[in-house]
Amino acid sequence: MSFLEIANIDVAYGDIEVLFDVSLYIEKGEVLSVIGANGAGKTTTLKTISGLLHPKKGSIIFNDKRIDNLSPEIIVERGIIHVPEGRRLFPFMSVEENLEMGSYNSRAYDDRFETMKKVFDLFPRLKERRRQLAGTLSGGERQMVAVGRGLMAKPEILMFDEPSLGLAPILVKDMMTAIKEIADKGTTIILVEQNIHASLNISNRAYVLEQGYVVNNGDAKQLLDDPSVQKAFLGI
Amino acid sequence: MGSAILNGILMGSIYGLTAVGLTLIFGVLKVINFAQGAFLMSGLFATYWFVKFTGTNPYLALVVVVPFTYFMGYYIQKFLIKPVFESEKDVREPIGVIIVTTGIWYMLDNLALMLFGAQYRTINVPSVSKAISIFGLYAPLSKIIGFFISITVSGLLFWFLKYSKMGKAIRATSQDREAASLMGINQYKIYNVTFGIGTAICGIAGAVLLPFYYVYPTVGMHLDIMDFVIVVLGGLGSIPGALVGGLIIGLIESVGSQFIAYSWTIEVIYIIFLIILFVKPSGLFGVKGEF
Ligand SMILES: Nc1ncnc2c1ncn2[C@@H]1O[C@H](COP(=O)(O)OP(=O)(O)O)[C@@H](O)[C@H]1O
Ligand SMILES: [Mg+2]
Repeated sequence: MSFLEIANIDVAYGDIEVLFDVSLYIEKGEVLSVIGANGAGKTTTLKTISGLLHPKKGSIIFNDKRIDNLSPEIIVERGIIHVPEGRRLFPFMSVEENLEMGSYNSRAYDDRFETMKKVFDLFPRLKERRRQLAGTLSGGERQMVAVGRGLMAKPEILMFDEPSLGLAPILVKDMMTAIKEIADKGTTIILVEQNIHASLNISNRAYVLEQGYVVNNGDAKQLLDDPSVQKAFLGI
Repeated sequence: MGSAILNGILMGSIYGLTAVGLTLIFGVLKVINFAQGAFLMSGLFATYWFVKFTGTNPYLALVVVVPFTYFMGYYIQKFLIKPVFESEKDVREPIGVIIVTTGIWYMLDNLALMLFGAQYRTINVPSVSKAISIFGLYAPLSKIIGFFISITVSGLLFWFLKYSKMGKAIRATSQDREAASLMGINQYKIYNVTFGIGTAICGIAGAVLLPFYYVYPTVGMHLDIMDFVIVVLGGLGSIPGALVGGLIIGLIESVGSQFIAYSWTIEVIYIIFLIILFVKPSGLFGVKGEF
């Protein structure tokens, strides 16, 4: 059994079904990409893993236990952390307070000062800005806080939803380097991106979503060279 | 005149305290709690009966009134408000919840009517009802104590929200519910606690008001309306705004009644309320995302 295993889930918003029979797995220590066009269902997949949504059918198993009926805060306690699309920082809280909220769960709380040092090592910029309100940061700095806040939770699996969205190309590169560094230190990562070049380059494997279906999956580098993927995403 | 100003400030701080409860609940749940006045009434009655049975003073009653009102608010949120709130959680302007809080208001008012009857009740605490002089201005000791308790409670609340783990979780939830869940914060627990605190603040306001006020089942009504004016005046969701708004209303009421009939001061308050809505609908301190 894999570290995290999603089996045949259907997910809907009310009556509107958006994921159909989606299955995917991830092994411990892997970096897994989920790619797909806008509206393909990437965010919905992450929200279902983190418990913000519950599947109508199918199951999600983490560490040999079913988690698909659990609430988000319990899933956080289990160690799956979701860094949401659009950062979703607490705008009227300082950088430091935002990071501290990341370590709210009981596995992480007592070590929060220790972990914060590590986050500041990864993003020295945040240390300079630690008293500044999150709402007043630049886009790149916000994304650093979002990633740092995820790390503060001491994740077993860290899921990123479009971390490169809205960042200048140079910052995208830095962000991917930072994510790679996090992975190299042993955190399992699920990376959702439309920027497939950046994400597949640092991933082991990838799944391709199209209109709610998994249409392709396999080795990340091979997918990057796959003509059908190139056609769909790069317009080549 | 000087004494009227002093009394206005003292009374205004207590109005401000009740408005702090309302603004806290609004800030976190984004729901206007129409049961606020009924919570105040509950605090007044709880204090009244404590004083009646023990023969002690209303400040000692806080030991009982605070936990009583806290858990009342906590469980009202948990069992009555949450189910409706949950079914409306994706709705931008949840109306159902407001209707539920209105229902709770009527229920509590009528429960009090059934249990205690409609008559006005007062307590007599001679030790605090005597007027004392501050720089030559006179005010009853009970109002001065009320002022200090109101300021202290607001200060403690501010400190709690700023520095405690739970307080920070409350602020985070008020700023982004979904993101707060992703931090592992159980938002419904936050709502229970927030409702408990908001209600306990009303309980405290009830205890400090009672020595120079009266209690009857619909006593909360007057304060309810006053609270909405204060909260809009100060800016929805702002704690300092609620206190300053309270002081302004207290001053208008007290100083105004030196010149015009009391019922006219209420009129003046509404006129100011309307002017604020026209000129600066976000209130003096703006509608805040942060307390
Ligand atoms: N809250 C919602 N209510 C209804 N439909 C939604 C909601 N959020 C997303 N959808 C729909 O679900 C589909 C998948 O969306 P999403 O998972 O956000 O895609 P992606 O992240 O891949 O861009 C889209 O068709 C979108 O319109
Ligand atoms: Mg998305």
